[in-house]
Amino acid sequence: MQNAIQVKGLQKSYRQLYVLKNVDFEVEKGNIFALLGTNGAGKTTIVKILTTLLKKDGGQVTVNGFDVASKPSNVRQSISLTGQFAAVDEVLTGRENLVMIARLRHLSHPREVTDDLLQRFGLSDAADRRASTYSGGMRRRLDIAMSLIGKPQIIFLDEPTTGLDPEGRIEVWKIIKELAGSGTTVFLTTQYLEEAEQLADRIAILHEGEIIVSGTLAELKKLFPPAKVEYVEKQPTLEDIFLKIINKKEDK
Amino acid sequence: METIKMRNYFFMDMGVMLIRSMRHVFRSLDTIITVTIMPIAMMLLFVYVLGGAIKTGTDKYVNYLLPGILLVAIANSAGYVSYRLFLDKQRGIFERFHSMPIARSAPLWGHMLTSLVSNAISLVVIIFVAFLMGFRSSAGMLSWLAIAGILALFTLTLTWIAAIAGLAAKSVDGAGVIAYPIHFLPLISSAFVPTKSMPAGVKAFAEHQPVTPIVETIRALLYNKPVGNQIWVALAWCITIMFCAYLCAMRVYRKRL
Ligand SMILES: Nc1ncnc2c1ncn2[C@@H]1O[C@H](COP(=O)(O)OP(=O)(O)OP(=O)(O)O)[C@@H](O)[C@H]1O
Ligand SMILES: [Mg+2]
Repeated sequence: MQNAIQVKGLQKSYRQLYVLKNVDFEVEKGNIFALLGTNGAGKTTIVKILTTLLKKDGGQVTVNGFDVASKPSNVRQSISLTGQFAAVDEVLTGRENLVMIARLRHLSHPREVTDDLLQRFGLSDAADRRASTYSGGMRRRLDIAMSLIGKPQIIFLDEPTTGLDPEGRIEVWKIIKELAGSGTTVFLTTQYLEEAEQLADRIAILHEGEIIVSGTLAELKKLFPPAKVEYVEKQPTLEDIFLKIINKKEDK
Repeated sequence: METIKMRNYFFMDMGVMLIRSMRHVFRSLDTIITVTIMPIAMMLLFVYVLGGAIKTGTDKYVNYLLPGILLVAIANSAGYVSYRLFLDKQRGIFERFHSMPIARSAPLWGHMLTSLVSNAISLVVIIFVAFLMGFRSSAGMLSWLAIAGILALFTLTLTWIAAIAGLAAKSVDGAGVIAYPIHFLPLISSAFVPTKSMPAGVKAFAEHQPVTPIVETIRALLYNKPVGNQIWVALAWCITIMFCAYLCAMRVYRKRL
């Protein structure tokens, strides 16, 4: 089966700053893939390259079978992006934001699609208020709702729950699970290890320009068996694994 | 196949962009005041307060003044274009558009179109008020069309300059700075008083900057006077500056986004 996303030997630098040295990973269709990394690891840079916003310096990147460099418009047909910072138009109302995107996606019934999404995201009451009056959580929900319009095959979410309270976070998680349930491929970045644990079919950790580990949560846990010295056997959390790997790297 | 579809959608997408930024214009009281109310207030001030003391050699000062007021209104709107562009760039809405299957340049052209449409609306309002104040023109249909064309060209020229500022700026204030030199151009021209009355240095500047030939051309068209070669000087200024600003803005646009 063809992978939804395939990245091989990806490189990117901003002038002297070598952000991505050699990034390899792949995402299967219909999976939720979580990319973990600390601040400045280069997560957003990867997302921007995959969504055709930024040119890569080297390597092979295909999204939905299309090369991002030579077939960007095919890639854009297949994807949608929810960037790190909510990209909603604050002057417009929630409804107007959604209708605008539905029109740009050339849907035949923008109003119905909009009503449906407002309902689903609990924004019906606030639909005709300007987005500038929304709370952070509402804005994020509107942002994600805008990304779902037109049913793209692959959805990119760059730190979708940063800045949300626990309740808002759980809500977004529910949406993401539903998406994957309906066959959409989800690529998400996060700094919350718990989020990756909760959601992801596969997890990759980006550190110093490379993917240092990737696999399912079970596989990652196998790499680092529970400490035997402990009285009660304790499963390592992803956090333990993450910190261990980083320390090991730096010891070398 | 794909490209043909994309091209058909280009104008539709632009329409969506136009509606979006027209909402920005209409929902910003500040914008409406600066591009419509202020030029009207200026016109009232000049005609009823200062007009008696200004000798233009025409019978009605409002007739003399109107072309300049129209250019002031257009100049006032330029700063808002860079402001709106800057916010779009900063707030990530451009990134959303650019990750969607629409033409890369559609968002930018959307702003250009908005500038044309919103200026057209405010100019019509200003001309209407001038009419109430006694402005009369003997221009025919063709002359009015020529005037509309020149005003549109002037609008696009300033809008492309403003676009460079908005796209290249690092802060909101930086984006707005471009407004100041643009505001001053109509003031130091023959828009309000004949250049004859100015001291030598200012006069030289006023006579050799783009606004004066534009004002003179519009005046000639409005009152059925020969336009002479002023119209060519005006067109040359506008087209040259617009072309350079367009190339420059496009470069910044492609690089930044
Ligand atoms: N346009 C740019 N010009 C120069 N350096 C940049 C640019 N964009 C990002 N960087 C740098 O590249 C590195 C990676 O940035 P990136 O935004 O991809 O990190 P991130 O993993 O998304 O971080 P965060 O968790 O804070 O969002 C950072 O050191 C950042 O300062
Ligand atoms: Mg980031």
